[in-house]
Amino acid sequence: MDHQPPPFFKRGPAPLARLSFYAALSLALVFVDSRFQTLEMLREGVSLFTHPIQQVAHSPVDFLEQAQDYFSSITRFREENASLKRRQLDDALALLRTRQLEVENERLRRLLEVKQRQPVNGRVSEILYAARDPFSHRVIVDKGQQDKIVAGQPVVDETGIVGQITRVFPFVSEVTLITDKDQAVPVQIVRNGLRSVIFGLGNGQLELRFMPANADVQNGDLLVTSGLDGIFLAGLPVAKVVHIERDTSYSFARIYCEPVAGVESFGEVMVLDARATAPLPAPLVPEPTAREAKVPAKPGAKKKLLKRE
Amino acid sequence: MPSTLSSSRILQPVRPWFILLSLSCALLLNFLPTSSWPWMPDWVALVLLFWSVREPRSVGMGSGFLLGLAMDVADGSLMGQHALAYVLATYIASSLSRRILWFPLGQQALHILPLLLLVQAVQYGVRAMPGVDLPGLSYFLGALVGTLLWLPLTFVLLLPQYQPIERDANRPI
Repeated sequence: MDHQPPPFFKRGPAPLARLSFYAALSLALVFVDSRFQTLEMLREGVSLFTHPIQQVAHSPVDFLEQAQDYFSSITRFREENASLKRRQLDDALALLRTRQLEVENERLRRLLEVKQRQPVNGRVSEILYAARDPFSHRVIVDKGQQDKIVAGQPVVDETGIVGQITRVFPFVSEVTLITDKDQAVPVQIVRNGLRSVIFGLGNGQLELRFMPANADVQNGDLLVTSGLDGIFLAGLPVAKVVHIERDTSYSFARIYCEPVAGVESFGEVMVLDARATAPLPAPLVPEPTAREAKVPAKPGAKKKLLKRE
Repeated sequence: MPSTLSSSRILQPVRPWFILLSLSCALLLNFLPTSSWPWMPDWVALVLLFWSVREPRSVGMGSGFLLGLAMDVADGSLMGQHALAYVLATYIASSLSRRILWFPLGQQALHILPLLLLVQAVQYGVRAMPGVDLPGLSYFLGALVGTLLWLPLTFVLLLPQYQPIERDANRPI
């Protein structure tokens, strides 16, 4: 078979060869991106090209929003201002008390020689838009590498946990909401200190998993972060229990919750600084058993230990 | 000679800058914050399919791959998800282009519908492997809207190629 086409008909490799090359390349990218987080450099590189186009695409929307703000009536602002002032007065007392309690708490902790509570710092950032990917619940906020944001930082609003930074670009970063499928947050029930992990369901709800069917959970229970993950600070509100299914054929109860924070609404959020990693306690081997025997095996003891964290 | 737009007008050759311009306009349209409207068509897929049917020599799998990567980064989806879908769709479109162009525009659109559905289905397939749920059947609505847009899109994208109709009795064609 020496029949080669003349050189002026040559069109590069056959379409099927090109298809297999590109398909293999994209499949490799899919695999590497879903298994290992090693493609962030490529992502950042491409984002340098796409980010300006995105900004151009968003400019008419921003302009419309600004125009709306400009034309919105002055009475509305006045009402808002009055209500905010009222709320500030209401909160001022609580804030003063909290400050005093914090000082007192610090002193008591020093007396008890417990690890110091970490001060919380954060920066306010604005949610720009929801990511277009229809399979996930993510939003883009307007702070990025330039503002020293790193992946893993928790994001909260004024009522509770919103999500977690998962990807950082030069000027923006991506927040995975807690309602995203299989996004996990370790939580604890305020009423009785029961600990578990809450998972997003992908439809705006959350599910408290791995709770035995006879666990003490009631409708309306508030769940706060337990802080055991070393990422979220302890005590931030996460969700409220709305529906419990106890089926005897399953060993676990199905507990559905709704987020406390305005997770699906858009506005301003606070990106909290990453928690400093606490050094591991030096003696990892258990102490002599004489001391352990003293600790009473009451359920209350566990709760107290938790509160110290 | 394939008939274009129900007339057998002879078109001027396409200009490469116009292809580039139309593809960047499609990217811009895709980047509009329209994530709350699931029926918005995937403009990049639509324009890419148009050019790979019209000009399979100049727009093909390479451009599909690059545009797919750009979409992946902008969407925050899995890297290579759009790229794979676009590469598959452009391959089928360019290998069927000789056939598709013989049909009138309505039937061309019917050829495009399965390709647009394929783009959506491939993306869902890629994401379903790590485990996500289908965001409702409205996910596929964009493909239907894209099919309906095939007619106006053909008209708009071929505009720079039309030449004035001049009756010349001496011209052979």
